[in-house]
Amino acid sequence: MTLALGSPAPAFVLPDTSGALHAAGGAPATVVVFTCNHCPYALAWHERIADVARDYAAQGVVMFAINSNDAERYPRDSYAAMKERVAREPQDWPMPYLHDATQEVARAYDAKTTPDVFVLDADGLLAYRGAPDADSDDPGRHAAWLRAALDDVLAGRPVATPLTEPVGCSIKWRG
Amino acid sequence: MSAPLVELLYWEGCPSHPRALAELREELAATGLDPQAVTVREVRSDADAARERFTGSPTIRIDGRDVVDPGGEPVLLTCRIYHRRDGRISPVPDPHDVRDALRAALADHGRTPPA
Repeated sequence: MTLALGSPAPAFVLPDTSGALHAAGGAPATVVVFTCNHCPYALAWHERIADVARDYAAQGVVMFAINSNDAERYPRDSYAAMKERVAREPQDWPMPYLHDATQEVARAYDAKTTPDVFVLDADGLLAYRGAPDADSDDPGRHAAWLRAALDDVLAGRPVATPLTEPVGCSIKWRG
Repeated sequence: MSAPLVELLYWEGCPSHPRALAELREELAATGLDPQAVTVREVRSDADAARERFTGSPTIRIDGRDVVDPGGEPVLLTCRIYHRRDGRISPVPDPHDVRDALRAALADHGRTPPA
């Protein structure tokens, strides 16, 4: 079932690539991005999303990248591959890269694609869901939709465009 | 003189094939070929992927030759990662790579592509 705007986002506790556990909560805004290692859309948007994490950290925004893909059929999305990627490119990971091994978090969010972006407000309510911006191929778009949503949430305003179509590779479900 | 066989293989789990087909047709027209002369085939299953040696969606082949060498990529139902000539990662091949492949195929068929 699709997570409705304004509804409480599902809680989670997931390990990052060092094994440390992370949970959402307590931030003025939280970004949850379902992503992965093997998808061209996720890879093309990655740096723009990481820039958002860097640019909004001073305002207390917390971002989590979550990989939920089936690693048996897609070994490039295994936990080991996640660890290797972060170790290889530590500068590209201003946010923790979390492993959703059971896929329960992706199912709870009804995540569709990589990437699929969710912005939660200070109360943990869903304020934005969709793509980072209009074109994965155009770095000049700077994840504008995500930034606009965060600006609205941080200002205490309703998000002007709270829903966009997530675009990317389908989440790779098991079975 | 014959025309090259142009094929686009795609997997529905990846949304890039409409754009890839549109860009392919633009390059066909630019090379003096019929933009509608594309065989489009869906790869639905692992068995299809194995039979087609399909390493991701979209895959464009001209006379059976991939416009971008897939190298050692595994056969898989997945979105394929391409690199633009400026280094950007993209879900579709760089149009310049498609055009170069078409021009090479035309030469193989004894035809001269437009200048």
